[in-house]
Amino acid sequence: MLERLYRSLYRIRRMEEAFARVYPTDKIKSPVHLSIGQEAVSVGVCAALRPDDVVFGTYRGHALYLAKGGDMKAMAAELYGKATGCTKGKGGSMHLISTEAGMMGASAVVGTTIANAVGYAYAMQYQKRDSIVVSFFGDGGSEEGVFPESLNFAALKRLPILFVCENNGYAIHTCQQRRQGRPDICARAEAYGIPAERIEHNDVLYLLERTRALTAKIRAGGGPQFLEVMTYRWREHVGPNNDFHLGYRAEEEAAPWVETDQVKRLESMIPPERCRPIQEEVDAEVEAALVFAEESPEPELAELYTDVL
Amino acid sequence: MPQTVTSAPVQRSTRESTGERTLSYVDAIREATDQEMARDPSVLVFGLDVDDPKAIQGTTRGLLEKYGPGRVFGTPLSEDAMTGAAIGMALAGLRPIHVHIRMDFLMLAMNQLVNVAAKSRYMYAGKVSIPLVVRSMIGKSWGQGAQHSQGLYSFFMHVPGLQVVAPTTPYDAKGCLIAAIREDNPVLYVEHRILHFQNGPVPANAYTVAPGRARITAVGNDVTLIGISQMQSECQKARLYLEEIGIQAEVIDPIWLSPLDINTIVQSVEKTGRLLVVDNGWVCCGAAAEIVTQVTERLQGHRTIRVRRMGFAPVTCPTAPNLERLYYPDGRTIAAAARDLVEETRTGWMPHERPELNSFVFKGPF
Repeated sequence: MLERLYRSLYRIRRMEEAFARVYPTDKIKSPVHLSIGQEAVSVGVCAALRPDDVVFGTYRGHALYLAKGGDMKAMAAELYGKATGCTKGKGGSMHLISTEAGMMGASAVVGTTIANAVGYAYAMQYQKRDSIVVSFFGDGGSEEGVFPESLNFAALKRLPILFVCENNGYAIHTCQQRRQGRPDICARAEAYGIPAERIEHNDVLYLLERTRALTAKIRAGGGPQFLEVMTYRWREHVGPNNDFHLGYRAEEEAAPWVETDQVKRLESMIPPERCRPIQEEVDAEVEAALVFAEESPEPELAELYTDVL
Repeated sequence: MPQTVTSAPVQRSTRESTGERTLSYVDAIREATDQEMARDPSVLVFGLDVDDPKAIQGTTRGLLEKYGPGRVFGTPLSEDAMTGAAIGMALAGLRPIHVHIRMDFLMLAMNQLVNVAAKSRYMYAGKVSIPLVVRSMIGKSWGQGAQHSQGLYSFFMHVPGLQVVAPTTPYDAKGCLIAAIREDNPVLYVEHRILHFQNGPVPANAYTVAPGRARITAVGNDVTLIGISQMQSECQKARLYLEEIGIQAEVIDPIWLSPLDINTIVQSVEKTGRLLVVDNGWVCCGAAAEIVTQVTERLQGHRTIRVRRMGFAPVTCPTAPNLERLYYPDGRTIAAAARDLVEETRTGWMPHERPELNSFVFKGPF
């Protein structure tokens, strides 16, 4: 499992670093919201899921898409606006989907997919499937009206859903304390009757352990569960760069998160002779994905009018 | 009462009357829902109060007992999240019908309808579709006022990926709802509280009134009247007033506003040369504006036409009965506008009120 987690973390990190590197060339035709620093949340949760479980995410969705098993080449091609992209160059970075892998979509409007996830969970309950849904959203999403409305309905119907609030502390450039009268998101979940727990550090192993426990509870009919995972976005809100020069956050604030980087941490826990092949394979995979994206054709012009209705 | 005449394009194929009875608009909706729920276990119906004793004016009566609370349920007062949940259900293979007792409440659901329901199929390149029906009702009279009377369907006509239907007869209420439920993409199904009281022939079997077909509800050569939603009834009254002065109006019910059957309307205006579109909403940027524009684009340069739009007064709907009467077009004001259009002058004519027309029941289908 350790190696599996490491591979997943490293894949996301290397892919996004590659995107950041390519970005200035303007080959990527889509705004990118990088997950660098936050990969552990998607990886830790998804490692506890089954292939037939379903996740919904946000516009910062590269990590979730890959962690749930979405095809890397199709994602890269999507960012390049190519016909081979996961949505044929029609959705872009903010609307990744992989129905095969159970990644059911992402919205560029904050909080929006929380309700979609809840509805999917209702369908699973109605269809008597024993798979579950995980709804990923951010601390900003918890401020949208759809958040309490969705939690209430999930609690009312005891739906098979895990809510994962990926709390990176910022909505674009505004910190949580400047947006919430009571910055306690778990308390709000509990107010709707949903058991909630906060994981204070971006700890992928602990997150996996807790997700396993909570998903088991959900599968046993225990109703919705809530996780708030504290994490940190290393780069700017959108784009490939750092943004400490803007002054809304200090580099010192990032330091402890960089120090406890989960990619490095897991690497240190795996013997180098087992680590190196993983790195080599992933590096080759990332390189191949970029080549695939670059060499893929643009969508046919007729594609503009397909899949409207 | 003069008989109206059948004319193309009528969906004749769907009109095989296997046991045609007279049903109310409400019962037509109830029957359509019941038949589709019986046919397809993926069909669900929910919304505020769908399972309460009044059962949405009776449109959901008996469904809870028959199909159980998993398929028929009242929801929390959460239009935003419940619309999002309906989309999630649709993504998982269900065919939800989400009911709103007023169209005004859809304003709370715009994000999900416009940003997710309309766009998912396209932005996910056909990997998913959203077979969602959103029922909502426009109110009128009894002091419905500012927030219970709005006909906001043009908002949805504006957005690619949404279909909009506003049936006016029990026949179309049933056929359009079945068509909407079987559609793989979202449909806004627009009802009108006044139309709920309509009675008319409705076949007992399940049938569809397919998207994109208008219906000519009365044939005439002098002016084309397009009546949307409840304004279709008012246009029928106007036709009778116009008959008194020798003007033969052709009346068309667009039924589906999106996709819009512009060909049928263009053909009529090509014949009459005059188009009056009566909207059940405001005129500015409304459905009438769209219809008039499309007709003009098609006919300009080879047919001289005169056009006019009517709709709600450009104010918020008042509650005092005398102000409310002034706010809406009615059979008489429509007839007056149509005559002016035909005679190309402001005649100042207003027909004497015929009280018997106020109980006029628009009986379609024609």
